[in-house]
Amino acid sequence: MMVRRARVLILWVGCIAFAAFIVARAHYITDLSAFLPANPTPVQQLLVDQLRDGPATRLILIALERGDAVARARVSVAMADQLRKDPQFSSVNNGEAVAGQRDREFLFQHRYLLSDAVTPERFSASGLNAAIKETIDNLASPAGLLFKSLLPRDPTGELLNIFDQLARAPAPQSRDGVWISADATRALAVAQTAASGSDSDAQSRAIDAIRAAFAAAAGDSQRGPNKGVQLRLSGPGVFAVAARAKIERAAVRLSIASSILVVALLLAVYRSLPALGLGLLPVTTGALIGVAAVALGFGAVHGVTLGFGITLIGESVDYSIYFFIQSRHALNRVAGRSWQQFWWPTVRLGMLTSVCGFASLLPSGFPGLKQLGLYSIGGLIAAALVTRFVLPALLPRDFAIRDVTPFGTRAAALLQGVRRIGRAAIALWSVALVMLAIAVLYRDRATLWNRELSALSPVSIEEQDYDAKLRADLGAADVRDLVIVSGPDLESILRSAERAAHALQALVDEKAIGGFESPANYLPSMATQEIRRSGLPSAPELRANLKQALDGLPLRADRLQPFLEDIEATRHTALVSVRDLVGTSLNAGFDALILHQRDKWDALLPLRGAAADRPIDMARVVAALKDAKVGDAQVLDLKQESDTLYASYLSEAIRFSLAGFLALTVLLLFALRSPLRVARVLAPLVLAVLTVAAGLAVGGVHLTILHLVGMLLIVAVGSNYALFFDRQTHAEGDGSEALTLASLVIANASTVIGFGLLSFSQVPVLVALGTTVAPGAFLALLFAAIGAPAASARAQHT
Amino acid sequence: MGLLAMRQHGRVEFIEQHFLKVLNHPIESSGELRYDAPDRLEKRTLKPHEETLVLTGGVLTVERAHNKRVMDLHAYPQVQPFVESIRATLAGDRSALERLFHLEFTGSVARWTLTLVPVESKVKQSVAQVRIEGARDQLLKVEIRQPDGDRSLMTLRPSTLP
Repeated sequence: MMVRRARVLILWVGCIAFAAFIVARAHYITDLSAFLPANPTPVQQLLVDQLRDGPATRLILIALERGDAVARARVSVAMADQLRKDPQFSSVNNGEAVAGQRDREFLFQHRYLLSDAVTPERFSASGLNAAIKETIDNLASPAGLLFKSLLPRDPTGELLNIFDQLARAPAPQSRDGVWISADATRALAVAQTAASGSDSDAQSRAIDAIRAAFAAAAGDSQRGPNKGVQLRLSGPGVFAVAARAKIERAAVRLSIASSILVVALLLAVYRSLPALGLGLLPVTTGALIGVAAVALGFGAVHGVTLGFGITLIGESVDYSIYFFIQSRHALNRVAGRSWQQFWWPTVRLGMLTSVCGFASLLPSGFPGLKQLGLYSIGGLIAAALVTRFVLPALLPRDFAIRDVTPFGTRAAALLQGVRRIGRAAIALWSVALVMLAIAVLYRDRATLWNRELSALSPVSIEEQDYDAKLRADLGAADVRDLVIVSGPDLESILRSAERAAHALQALVDEKAIGGFESPANYLPSMATQEIRRSGLPSAPELRANLKQALDGLPLRADRLQPFLEDIEATRHTALVSVRDLVGTSLNAGFDALILHQRDKWDALLPLRGAAADRPIDMARVVAALKDAKVGDAQVLDLKQESDTLYASYLSEAIRFSLAGFLALTVLLLFALRSPLRVARVLAPLVLAVLTVAAGLAVGGVHLTILHLVGMLLIVAVGSNYALFFDRQTHAEGDGSEALTLASLVIANASTVIGFGLLSFSQVPVLVALGTTVAPGAFLALLFAAIGAPAASARAQHT
Repeated sequence: MGLLAMRQHGRVEFIEQHFLKVLNHPIESSGELRYDAPDRLEKRTLKPHEETLVLTGGVLTVERAHNKRVMDLHAYPQVQPFVESIRATLAGDRSALERLFHLEFTGSVARWTLTLVPVESKVKQSVAQVRIEGARDQLLKVEIRQPDGDRSLMTLRPSTLP
């Protein structure tokens, strides 16, 4: 016996050491890839790329509020100046015209290659005449006056044309030199980070840099010229960083709170410190093994998986409670039959049914759910084994906990009272409850499930509204609809982007879309540049055309000598390449629209709606692109695509859960060998799940994937209760119902406490889990207890 | 100034001539100028091309044919005196004028001349001097001289347009 005990302990310590080693060396992921598909389709891959690294994820929206308008503008200018020097940001735009000398020089130097107005016709006599006439007309307007000094070199107004070409997006309002909101209560700016939005650490550093720049720019918030001005940030990166902190905070705080409560409960019940210490062994071992299993199975552990560690407390603490309370009974009452012999088969069966439930998460396409499934399975098996083999081995000889028989007896008496209404009445009530629940669920069937990914978002409605407001003020910077063209190199995607732009411009003219951006606006393809360059006339030809063009215009040809020289120079110059963009602020705009991974290049053409409240008719966009033979262009509605993705996870998870339930039923049939007994075990669980689902629906909650996980947990935890009552009924009546009931009530209390606390968190996913499992576990026990044929009652009859 | 400030709305026709060295002869445009207190100025050019220029709250919107351009005057100090001199004078907004220009008032209320010289050096690069002639609360002529010798002359008269 001693030898066996030693072997068990050595094996256990060995396992723990190995698991600890794995856990310590495991790689942990905190980005949002837990919510992204593991094996994406090509369209999903585009979506994943966008959600992780798309230009939209790199934007930080900066708002300055309160204080007075002049102070806000002053802080905006000083802050932007500071941030522009920071290499963490690829661009910082607050509306100031800092496009600067460098950009202007670059655009001016390459104007005949970059301007989309440059065609051979432009430099024919009639083309020149029209272009020069317009430039002269412009001189009468204040805007045109800016270009007066350029007239001799740029009489066709190519620079102005390029400016228009780049500034086709509607600009926000501005005042005192900086962007402001429509209601003029905020100064606005947009910073684009160099790092991708999914790099939470880099985003966090960028946010800190913005806060520091604000603090330096605003100075003393109480006194001084900028007093009262406040900073507020928004955007995907800001949300991701805040969400991470929020989930971590909530998970840690709630885990601590629920641990304290559960420990206090157990201490009150056991009145024994060794029992408490031993009682926590299955949970801690389970958690460790669970994480190790995920690390071994997946190579990396998602932060989300760790965050849900609390779910394990739900079931594995119960094991030790059953063990301590029931083994006391077994030792005292049933001579010669230990807990291991009498109760272990029931706990084992309960554990296996839970494993069946969680196994249904394993085939999910959602890495977060997959990991949660493996974590729970590994953890539960480990916890059950520790309870079965390690706890008995560690139990001190003089081990004793408080006798909870009196408590159990009182609970049993209460239960007797309820049961007195009669089995027929109970059955009737159950059927009525099932019908009611099904009726409610049927009534709300259309809205029962929330199929939007944002349902899982920890970002509050208020924050989402604020973000939307800033985006509206900034001119629809929200990238929702994208055209994506892919190719093996930069030149090929720029060419495709130009073809797509041609088709899209037609849609803009028809007012089907409001506008679009394209990387080719910043840098035309070499082919296009080559066409423009080779179309430039020779000096004698241009001189002749010009002479004719100026007929009737108040401009003398000899004034335009610099123009002739510049055209001639361009004819012999090199084409503009990506390298030439470096050092200009155009580089950031270009970069944001190009994705490059190994041998695959993507050009992004974000679309703007014709009006804020009118969604883009994507079918029309697809048709236009197809007509223009830009067949390789993909059209992506980010929101719809991510919702579709999530909805497919959801229906997949629902299907797998039902399959899991089926597997669990088969398992029980095999173990109990009686359809009636199986039905009695499952009935309270089904009833509990239906009641909770109906209750949530009545409360106006739309169910998410986390509610589904919660329902699996109800079945997992509740199956133990039901099996114990089943065991109680079908073992020879030994009058131990009081103790069994006591252990179940205490185990149930710990579960309800743990999950009940989650309901009070600010994080939607945790709330979903808490509000499902806490009432569900309680109802499962209640229904199982009421519905079970009373063993003691039967004992009395016989 | 006081007389000007009391007016809430105004509508006048204008003829504007630009004398530019780079061009052989002046270019001429005409249209209508509308003013709404306190800070909205609309310059609607009808000839030779339709163009609408709206100044409100320091932001200039230029709309011509299918083309719309929005400029924040703070970003373009060179453009500011061209429009702000007229707007602030029409508004009788003395403090706004004094922020941008040194003021010199000559003549009588019945017939006056206001000479504006830019304060900032950056502005001086585009405008040397603005001369505004008026009678009581009416503006008659606005002449803008640029440092390179180019100038524009706007002649105003009560509107006869519908």
